[in-house]
Amino acid sequence: MKPTSRAFKQNAHEALGDKNLQEALSDLEGGFVQGRLNAVNKLPEFDQLRDAGRDIKHHVLENLDVYLEIFEEKVVANGGQVHWCRSPEDARQKVLELCRSIDAKTVTKGKSMIGEEMDLNHFLEGHAVEPIETDFGEYIIQLADERPSHIIAPAIHKTKEQVADLFHEHHQKYGKSARLEEPRDMLDEAREILRPKYIEADVGITGANFMIAETGSTVIVTNEGNGDLTQTLAKMHIALATPEKIVPTLDDATTLLRILARSATGQEMSVYTTFSSGNKRPDDLDGPASYHVVILDNGRTDMVGGDFNDMLTCIKCGACLMHCPVWTAIGGHAYGWVYPGPMGSVLTPNLVGLEEACHLPNASTFCGRCQEICPQKIPLPRMLRKHRENAFTARLGPPQERMGIALWAWLAKRPALYRLATSLATGALRLMAGKRGSLKSVPLAGGWTHSRNMPTPQGGTFMQQIKAKRRAGGAP
Amino acid sequence: MSSARDDILGRIRGKLGADKRDASEQAVAERLKRTGPQPGQNPIPARGQLAAPERLALFREMAEAVDATVAVVGSLDDVPTSVTGYLAENNLPAEAVMSPDARMDEIPWADQPLLTLRRGRAEDADAVGITPVNAAIAETGTLMMTSGAETPVTLNFMPDTHIAIVQASQIVGTYEETWGELRGRTPRDGDGNFMPRAVNWVTGPSRSADIAKTLFLGAHGPRRLHIVVVDDNDEKT
Amino acid sequence: MKVAMFVTCLVDLFRPSVGFAALKLLEDAGCTVYVPEAQTCCGQPAYNSGARDEAKAIARQVIEAFEEYEAVIAPSGSCTGMISHHYPALFEGDEIWGPRAEALAAKTFELVSYLTDQLGVEAVTAAYQGEVTYHDACSGLRELGIRDQPRKLLASVDGLNLSEAPERDVCCGFGGTFSAKYGEVSGAIVTAKTAALGSTGATTVLGGDLGCLVNIAGRLQREGSPISVRHIAEVLAGMTDTPAIGASDAEDGS
Repeated sequence: MKPTSRAFKQNAHEALGDKNLQEALSDLEGGFVQGRLNAVNKLPEFDQLRDAGRDIKHHVLENLDVYLEIFEEKVVANGGQVHWCRSPEDARQKVLELCRSIDAKTVTKGKSMIGEEMDLNHFLEGHAVEPIETDFGEYIIQLADERPSHIIAPAIHKTKEQVADLFHEHHQKYGKSARLEEPRDMLDEAREILRPKYIEADVGITGANFMIAETGSTVIVTNEGNGDLTQTLAKMHIALATPEKIVPTLDDATTLLRILARSATGQEMSVYTTFSSGNKRPDDLDGPASYHVVILDNGRTDMVGGDFNDMLTCIKCGACLMHCPVWTAIGGHAYGWVYPGPMGSVLTPNLVGLEEACHLPNASTFCGRCQEICPQKIPLPRMLRKHRENAFTARLGPPQERMGIALWAWLAKRPALYRLATSLATGALRLMAGKRGSLKSVPLAGGWTHSRNMPTPQGGTFMQQIKAKRRAGGAP
Repeated sequence: MSSARDDILGRIRGKLGADKRDASEQAVAERLKRTGPQPGQNPIPARGQLAAPERLALFREMAEAVDATVAVVGSLDDVPTSVTGYLAENNLPAEAVMSPDARMDEIPWADQPLLTLRRGRAEDADAVGITPVNAAIAETGTLMMTSGAETPVTLNFMPDTHIAIVQASQIVGTYEETWGELRGRTPRDGDGNFMPRAVNWVTGPSRSADIAKTLFLGAHGPRRLHIVVVDDNDEKT
Repeated sequence: MKVAMFVTCLVDLFRPSVGFAALKLLEDAGCTVYVPEAQTCCGQPAYNSGARDEAKAIARQVIEAFEEYEAVIAPSGSCTGMISHHYPALFEGDEIWGPRAEALAAKTFELVSYLTDQLGVEAVTAAYQGEVTYHDACSGLRELGIRDQPRKLLASVDGLNLSEAPERDVCCGFGGTFSAKYGEVSGAIVTAKTAALGSTGATTVLGGDLGCLVNIAGRLQREGSPISVRHIAEVLAGMTDTPAIGASDAEDGS
């Protein structure tokens, strides 16, 4: 998928002016944030589980190649195959190849962010294979020809009215003419339309929340059951994964599953958690005849053992997005690629390059709420700052900003000059303000004064005043 | 020219240090032996670790909290009436597709002759599916089903109503116990591969909140999950 | 206790009265307060902009100016966090500056939490008539665990009634240079914050970090809101005769 992260400011501007989006984003605090907190409060061991989950992933990353090899062996022992792909282009080509190997015409899909990375749907369509999204959120945005705006709630940016309009437009061809009002009815209509698709589908493609080395299993987690119908009813199951999704054992997967749903949606456990290990067995009455795991690298192996290693411990719960003041103000599309919010701002520059994605690590207040709630305790602000350091060194970003910081730092190292320069600046602001307590506009500060006044400095700096006081005999 | 596989694995080992490969293999081998609830393993919530009657009560509470319905009966003999009663209450036809599993044969379905049962996997027209379970986990009110010749998984997902028959003795406190049981099964092959094609954890009926963040039951999977627990535990325990 | 005050660049340049309020609180609690001449900035703007070398240069200056004192007190969670959390990280592995940074970090405190946690202050003798709500700055909250301490002291202020705002632990959108670089997004975040603060019915907003307070006050002024914004030190020290942040001399809000 081609990134538009360079246009972040413009994207954010449009997002802030988008009434439908702003309505859809309102009250996420009451929903997801409170929901997570309630679930966490009900499990005394939650914090220990976070530590354990983080340790599991760190251990895996320290031994990643060994684990991947074992995983592959086990998949093959179960009758499946593992396909290794360096780039998104390679991966989608591989998926097409697999589809063509059984002359597939239609493909049902469970939600997969990796599928987004490889722009799989458009690619398949361009090669006469029809992809059908089955997760309701993904189905909605497929109709709208849009990207997901959140990694677990892809259509969160859509209002009820927008969904009704989409269904009304696109369900005509199924003989549905009424424009529905109630979400219940929309859900039922979508279910009715999608059910035969599962049965007709040649290939079912899912993501993989985890890959278990012990058993060669991939794990998916859904609330709808679409992932299960997708993989069970088709003739071929393809699971899309990336190398860092490995966990050592079933028990380790279990530990991570305990913190995943609680962090993502505030549920104790997602409705459907399925561990898939290979092909249909000879006596099975249902299941896919063949099972394939596509492992896409796309820059992740470059992160192993480096400054961004910890980002690879992410379990894609999406909690950081819901807790982020920036994401909740502008939604996911403004970030311009597949992964938005705090985790997206760390991951994206690693995958598409810092030059393209430079805005993302900069558009953060470092409030730290993301790290506070991350189930894996990933030090997100630290890594965002690391991107900023790399950008500064590489001279990316507007030169005025670098010059401004350099000037500030130069002055700060020279107290006498600093005092001179800053009293001039604050004096100037006071002059401009006159008797007013705050200024509506200030030269060079358009970003600030766009929606705020600039409070007028009190006048006379503290350091000047204290020096005068103490010279005049006011203690120490 | 190296394959993508060699490329990817090679880059990883390059980052980790070629000289550390042997130590890695050893660490992994030791780690893969670490299975099951033992001291020093992953923390396991205390919540489900209760005596049998309390486990049943917790299982019920957790399952009902996620909108499953639970009926507790005293013996296998009571199951058929419980099932037909449930179907009638919910205005559902007295017909279902059922797992071919031998455990279902121990239930005297003939006591309810008006209940039409077909054994096999689910088809699109099936409105009700009846299955046994491999285990039930009290910690979150979760059912665990495993695929097999007698336990097709389509029964868990396709029919609009899923009725699961659980023996109280199948209710465990934690997921980890269920993995222990699976590992103890006879391996399919000489390499100790014990996993069935699919293991399903089911926690309540299907749901979605994708439209206007409002939660509804019955997305793609079953709209109703009804759990009949046969409480064969000794009353005095 | 012989302590040194790190006044912070925002207090120094924008609102010296906060510095004097901090001075009074510390002296009332029995401290002798030094104000080292060679202080300017803690280096956070450079640090958060990725200018690591510049940040280190400023940090070395701060360490040198302050390390001789028993404790260093700052009326700001974010500057305190910079010194106590990030200076050690900046000099990790540095055999000379690492230990010096660690030593300074261990004895640098935010003002209010220093009074309560280190000096055992339980109450102040100030009075302030008004409905007040308190904004928790992110660095103070998350890096330093400051949440109960300001509330404890505010509870002792005669006439003051504290209401808690919804979404208390959500950022105000300041984020230092973020507020200028991504002004529109920052504006949207602070607008949500002023709505949350205003919903309490409070007529005064207090906080421990001038960056947040200037941001919030600026937005309230733009909204034409009568709500006053002050640094908590001003209220605790009973020094509220100056105009509130962003208020003119004519609209002295006390």
